[in-house]
Amino acid sequence: MLTIGLTHYLVVAAILFTLGVAGIILNRKNIIVILMSIELILLSVNLNFVAFSQSLSDLTGQVFALFVLTVAAAEAAIGLAILVAFYRNRGTISVEDINSLKG
Amino acid sequence: MQAVFFYLFATTMIASAGVVIFARNPVHSVLFLILAFCNGAGLFLLAGAEFLAMILIVVYVGAVAVLFLFVVMMLDVDFAELKQGFIKYLPVGVAVGVVVLAELGMVAIGWSSAPSAADAVANPMIPQMSNTAALGQILYTKYVIFFQASALVLLTAMIGAIVLTLHHKPNIKRQKIEEQNARTRENVIEIKKVPFRTGV
Repeated sequence: MLTIGLTHYLVVAAILFTLGVAGIILNRKNIIVILMSIELILLSVNLNFVAFSQSLSDLTGQVFALFVLTVAAAEAAIGLAILVAFYRNRGTISVEDINSLKG
Repeated sequence: MQAVFFYLFATTMIASAGVVIFARNPVHSVLFLILAFCNGAGLFLLAGAEFLAMILIVVYVGAVAVLFLFVVMMLDVDFAELKQGFIKYLPVGVAVGVVVLAELGMVAIGWSSAPSAADAVANPMIPQMSNTAALGQILYTKYVIFFQASALVLLTAMIGAIVLTLHHKPNIKRQKIEEQNARTRENVIEIKKVPFRTGV
């Protein structure tokens, strides 16, 4: 209990991942909270990468976590830009109103 | 001591992640997301990934979370209305959460590493080198292609965000500096001979 091993990190990351998945389902209407839940999921994935990197004393996990961070930042920026553009056109951000595709 | 800080960071992170999901006000969600990221950076520090911890603070707390905050405060949305389906989705959400947590828990408890995993280490940590230096040494040599590719991803995201949000309003008077600079005396001033007592 007092020596922190790989399993501790895995359990914490699993709980965080679960909270993220539950957040996507619970806040079905609010797309901003959905994006935040995705960020939580990506944080838990990064935690797993770092924990395994530490336990195997291999730096590859940290390199991969760095790339995950990059992609997550890009995803957040694009998602919020789409959100702002959508709000400007429709005046709402409710997911249920985003149901018409054209093109 | 390490265990104390691990449990401190872990419980704070999970509690604030819960507040992110359950908060009524999205501004509170964003602020608790920042708290979750800070505690995640603490966990990274405990796991020996100092560089990633600092990147998490700088990139996530400094850029992404502030971006979220700007968007939440900029959009004039009735968030109480968006919260209405919460009770309806609560059983499904909790059920999915319990199932996912049970599966992940089984994997995390009953997991064992293959004996050959220790031999498959691709980039072993060097004890006398700092984490940042070691990471930089392989990032700029072995993974330089992937590094450039992630730079391209960020460039694409930047251009995409600008294209999506930039819009030109018509009928706005703007200063055109190049036209002002291109004006010369010859093409601007016109000299007219005005006859006496007749006007132009």
